[in-house]
Amino acid sequence: MIVADKKPIEEIIEEIKDYTTILILGCNECVTVCEAGGKKEVGILASALRMYFLNQGKDVTIDERTLERQCDHEYLEEIRDVADQYDAIVSLACGVGVQFTAEEYHTVPVIPGVNTCFLGATEARGLWTERCQACGECILARTGGICPVSRCAKRILNGPCGGSSNGKCEINKELDCAWQLIIDRLDALGKLDDYETISPIKDWSTDRAGGPRKVVREDVQL
Amino acid sequence: MRLKYPSSIKIVRIPCTGKVDILHILRAFEMGADGVYAVGCMEGDCHYDSGNFRARKRVEQARKILDTIGIGGERVQMYNLSAGEGPLFAKYAVEMHEKILKLGPNPLKLAKKKAA
Ligand code: SF4
Repeated sequence: MIVADKKPIEEIIEEIKDYTTILILGCNECVTVCEAGGKKEVGILASALRMYFLNQGKDVTIDERTLERQCDHEYLEEIRDVADQYDAIVSLACGVGVQFTAEEYHTVPVIPGVNTCFLGATEARGLWTERCQACGECILARTGGICPVSRCAKRILNGPCGGSSNGKCEINKELDCAWQLIIDRLDALGKLDDYETISPIKDWSTDRAGGPRKVVREDVQL
Repeated sequence: MRLKYPSSIKIVRIPCTGKVDILHILRAFEMGADGVYAVGCMEGDCHYDSGNFRARKRVEQARKILDTIGIGGERVQMYNLSAGEGPLFAKYAVEMHEKILKLGPNPLKLAKKKAA
């Protein structure tokens, strides 16, 4: 999922202090799971903002709404009747949701309420870690299911580098060396021979190096 | 025991303090509460293992938010006691009551009056 983290309330206040009718818009997908932008976080932020403005003597209306997704037209349509009643929308979705909402409602300022961090997994309650950088050409089949693009600090494709010691990466002693993990897993799979095969130069044009990307699937287009 | 505690305190019963959410605390203030405190079981004695620890964290977070928005985080408090400690329950109630008296009413009440 896309992992996001809450923005400090002070920062959000700074962005919206000049508006008087504001919609806090949550998303039921990834940001709900990582507890940054779901219905509950919408409620907490909205309540805090209402109290803040009231205490400041400002008459500000703060409404709450949470959509199934903000990255799909059909769900964004659900606020079509009300969107232009607001001076601004604070979107607690990931950066994708914020932008898609802004595209859909061109004349309403849309302000991000979270920091979008990475594609990751929930390792434990309150701990999310990166697993994928969406490079566009998956090599996990050759690396024991462990991604050196996202998990090796140097994105090395034929590792480890000389900084790997006792299974940890040289950039941080807490951090597992991705290549140690890869070797350990290939060993467990009985596929250590694969490690001997040199990875070819990766085509980075499918990564960000090729500019903004798109997936076109004529087979599913209407 | 028939112990006395201040009549200003309204008890909201919940199955475990682990049920307390930041949102419940904030909404209480939005609705005009002058203070909120959660009374959980002794740490390590939670029937659901970690309910009172969760409550403590949420109380802490509510405090931070209330500080940020100028309501005052010290209006929220977490207490722990065992079910057999009635006198301590009454003592904490008095303590909280006195603390809130010192802090004065929820600033939102004044703000609402001014706005009206
Ligand atoms: S120590 Fe391992 S994870 Fe760190 S940069 Fe080198 S190969 Fe990558």
